[in-house]
Amino acid sequence: MSIIRYEQTQGKSLGFYALIAGLGAFVLAALASVYFMEHNGHHVTGMSNHIVWGLPHVFALFLIVAASGALNIASIASVFNKKIYKPLSRLSGLVALALLAGGLMVLVLDLGRPDRLIVAMTEYNFESIFAWNIILYNGFFLIVGVYLWMMFERRMNKYSRKVGIAAFTWRLILTTGTGSIFGFLVARQAYDAVIMAPMFVVMSFAFGLAFFVLVLMASYKWTARPLGDAIVNRLSNLLGVFVAAVMYFVAVYHLGNLYLAENSGVENFILMDGGIYTQLFWYGQIIMGSLLPLALLYSPATKGNRSMLGLASVLIILGGIAQLYVIIIGGQAYPMELFPGKEILEGYGTIAAYTPTLPELMLGLGGMAVALIAITYLVKFLPFLPESLADNVADPHHKS
Amino acid sequence: MKELNRREFIKSTTVATAGVATIASGISLTTFAAEPKETNPVTNEKRWGMLIDTNKLTETDIDDMVNACQEEQGWGEETHSNADQKPSWIKKVKVKDTATQRISNLALMCQHCEEPPCVDVCPTNASMKREDGIVLVDRHLCIGCRYCMMACPYDARSFVHEELTNQKEHMPRGKGTVESCTMCVHKVDKGEQPACVEALNGDAVIFGDLLDPTSNIHQTLKRVQSTQIRADLNLNTGVRYSGI
Repeated sequence: MSIIRYEQTQGKSLGFYALIAGLGAFVLAALASVYFMEHNGHHVTGMSNHIVWGLPHVFALFLIVAASGALNIASIASVFNKKIYKPLSRLSGLVALALLAGGLMVLVLDLGRPDRLIVAMTEYNFESIFAWNIILYNGFFLIVGVYLWMMFERRMNKYSRKVGIAAFTWRLILTTGTGSIFGFLVARQAYDAVIMAPMFVVMSFAFGLAFFVLVLMASYKWTARPLGDAIVNRLSNLLGVFVAAVMYFVAVYHLGNLYLAENSGVENFILMDGGIYTQLFWYGQIIMGSLLPLALLYSPATKGNRSMLGLASVLIILGGIAQLYVIIIGGQAYPMELFPGKEILEGYGTIAAYTPTLPELMLGLGGMAVALIAITYLVKFLPFLPESLADNVADPHHKS
Repeated sequence: MKELNRREFIKSTTVATAGVATIASGISLTTFAAEPKETNPVTNEKRWGMLIDTNKLTETDIDDMVNACQEEQGWGEETHSNADQKPSWIKKVKVKDTATQRISNLALMCQHCEEPPCVDVCPTNASMKREDGIVLVDRHLCIGCRYCMMACPYDARSFVHEELTNQKEHMPRGKGTVESCTMCVHKVDKGEQPACVEALNGDAVIFGDLLDPTSNIHQTLKRVQSTQIRADLNLNTGVRYSGI
């Protein structure tokens, strides 16, 4: 393996400006949506007193979960000392920070009172997992920022492993916290399962890596830099393992819930007769988001094909959004068990209706656009990307 | 006349100061006790609660309770929100026993839990429980994250989905914040009953101090079989039901 040279992207081409303009349009649409929703109140959204967290939360949590997963590549390099991933560490840190920024933007702008963000920053209820998360998210920015500095500054390189271990630990705690937002809601049949925390950690591995793979392949293709098969195939294999691991956790979660008789109703709802939620679960999350990507990544006909890897990554992201939709919205749509052994005839107990509106969708997509703009700009101003990731440069076991 | 030396001066002034302090504290205690009731600090010596007897409560009674609550607190006049988005601080619930087909009607509102999940999860301390067991939302601290609504096992909380005008002076409701039954704390602190209880003639709903052995609610609860909704969650609710 030869010395890695990092270099900014030129960022002068028509394509660069077209990309920024396209993403910028999404950000503007998101801001217009926020203005519309804040000006009128949440009655213009599909949310209600029964579905209190709607499509923006689906996007926000997807981005936040993916953010911590995107840091994995850097962690594998510094914590587990895998040399082949080392040249990707800087980009991994950047993608992690950008995704978190996008996710938090969506989360904050969907608050009933986003103008009171300062209250959320200064008034902490330390019993609240939400309050812990605010600290964990801010801490993530700080610790990954320091981690990047250790990687960028040659004199600080020697500390990057130590800071990398800290960042890795932090990201595990962070995603545990995100999963626990749901895992400790005792009243809701769909949640209240401690397995939510590790399941979210594993989901973060898959979603974050899928996002990272797309960013890596696009940036190398669009800047005409060499990207060897050694790295791409490694990432492809890793992605497949993560997707399979998510499927395992999903299976354990549902089988565990089915075992508890009190949860058979909600399981029946999600898996059998929940309409859109059942369809999103089987067609979106399982077939499109898990089985199809696994087939693309491992079948001899498509294995090693970059277009197929890109397609698999896109499907994993779409499947991940479907998965969070089923968890977040499906979990709220199913009513809580207020009177065991009794049927509620009036006042409560029906499946809650939810139809997402365009402003909610635009706010969510705006979060993704913010993340992508941040990445596009920062690789232009700072040397995040190695000038070459060809096999003879990146692969420590390359034989020429 | 004997001249005071320093030691004697300190001794005599200390005694005098202690004496004045003792008397003064006695005066202030009497003074505080004589002050009007509503300025008394809220303590955990009381635990406000409600006993709802579903055998006595008719559907009309529940409608009266809902109307009285709406009028007292000023919710329900939202014009833009749809039925699922309009606040409902108290609602009429009709349940049928799946085995016996027996139908019960009850009023469902914030259950004022001793261990409220909404208070646990609120990131900013906006959801809070008073010492006397009444669970409230501080509208100045609420950021509208709605996590309390996710955590409430009773579907008791509502989010304000639109701009409001003409709010009641005692109830500063506002767009983008969460709200729920306050047990009419503004009336209770003046020694009155909650509006929904006042709206009824009989004793289908009894309000009072659960801890006071002389109170009607305490004595009735000692005598009759009562239950808490989702008692399995161990939240020790302030609102109890009999007949379901």
